[in-house]
Amino acid sequence: MKISEVIKALNGEIVQDQFQDHELEGAYTSDLLSDVMANAKSAGALITIQAHKNTVAVASLVNISLIIICNSRPIPQDMIDAAREEGVAIVRVKENQFMISGRLFILLGYA
Amino acid sequence: MQDDIPINTIDSPTVILELIYRLKIKDVMTTALITAKRQDTLRHIQILMRENFITGVPIAEDSRLFGIISIGDIVTALDKGYIDDIAEKRMTRNVIVLEDDMPLSFAISYLNKYRFGRFPVLNKERELVGIITSKDVIRTLLVEINREVLRLEKTHPHVAVDTVSKKDLRFTTTRYDFEGAGHASTEIKKALKELNLDSKLVRRIAIASYELEINQVVHSFGGTITCSIQPDRIIITALDTGPGIENIELALQEGWSTANDWIRSLGFGAGMGLANTKRVSDKFTIESGPGKPTKVVSVIFLKEEKESE
Repeated sequence: MKISEVIKALNGEIVQDQFQDHELEGAYTSDLLSDVMANAKSAGALITIQAHKNTVAVASLVNISLIIICNSRPIPQDMIDAAREEGVAIVRVKENQFMISGRLFILLGYA
Repeated sequence: MQDDIPINTIDSPTVILELIYRLKIKDVMTTALITAKRQDTLRHIQILMRENFITGVPIAEDSRLFGIISIGDIVTALDKGYIDDIAEKRMTRNVIVLEDDMPLSFAISYLNKYRFGRFPVLNKERELVGIITSKDVIRTLLVEINREVLRLEKTHPHVAVDTVSKKDLRFTTTRYDFEGAGHASTEIKKALKELNLDSKLVRRIAIASYELEINQVVHSFGGTITCSIQPDRIIITALDTGPGIENIELALQEGWSTANDWIRSLGFGAGMGLANTKRVSDKFTIESGPGKPTKVVSVIFLKEEKESE
């Protein structure tokens, strides 16, 4: 499933829409950036509540091209700017990490 | 030795070697000689020194050198009470001299070898024609080196800074500057991308540089992250200015952290930084101690693939 299709399916708010659309290879759910660095899959999505610039840095370092911010957390402008520069999509959703993980699990065909 | 002229005839740059062989003693020496006669008193010579700001006076008559009186001799004469003696009685007779046709390199090695501040210079006919001091040597060298550098700058216009920075990238980090954190790693990753390295390798390098960078921002007073790109390896060096790690063994344990709640709320301080870095490194060293700088070096080889990812 492509990033754009996932965003559509999640019915979230697209905060940063300039990215290279490609197939999502999976997802990783974590709020610990070191954990993301160490364990997140390349070309996957990141499900988190860490809405700040450093999340973009970590995402781009490990080739994550979609960040899903849960619980409608506020997203600072510098995070959006950084994401645009790195070509990382950001979508904000109302649900928590558990719910979003579950939905992606199904969307990406793991169920 | 510390007060040696720091130029030698073995491994100085070619330009300098050419200089010190091309220049002759006669190009460097002082020809405006201040000498005294054998019958002059040491007191007279002392006045000569004071008035001319010099520290040695050759004893010569009709260009023939008989000896030399140094400021050390004057001091001794004052101390022992024979300042009114004539020069002939107290002068050094076995004077080390240089020849005016010798290359400048001789003067440099003589100044380094003998602890004298000056050497009288004789010509082929054994006539006293000048005197050479370390000041003469240094002044001439500076003039010549300046000229040489100007010439080199003209023939070799500025080397592009990029070729250097591509091999060695260097970034500074500031304590608690989470705004700037990640900058070094992002730049390093960009540079590596241009090398078309395997993406797994790039990821490992990115993890090492990012974790070390964040560590400096979170735990240190600030420091530098250097990435050295070599043909067979990448070396990430993180060097900070303190405050040092109390217990390195603990710090390396996964999950152990001294980070405060604020840092943890940002998603850092999980105690995985050093462990992550070590895991992705082929070689990993850490040096630190209480009150000391911390230096972490992570080496990642560009060939064999570590299977841990």
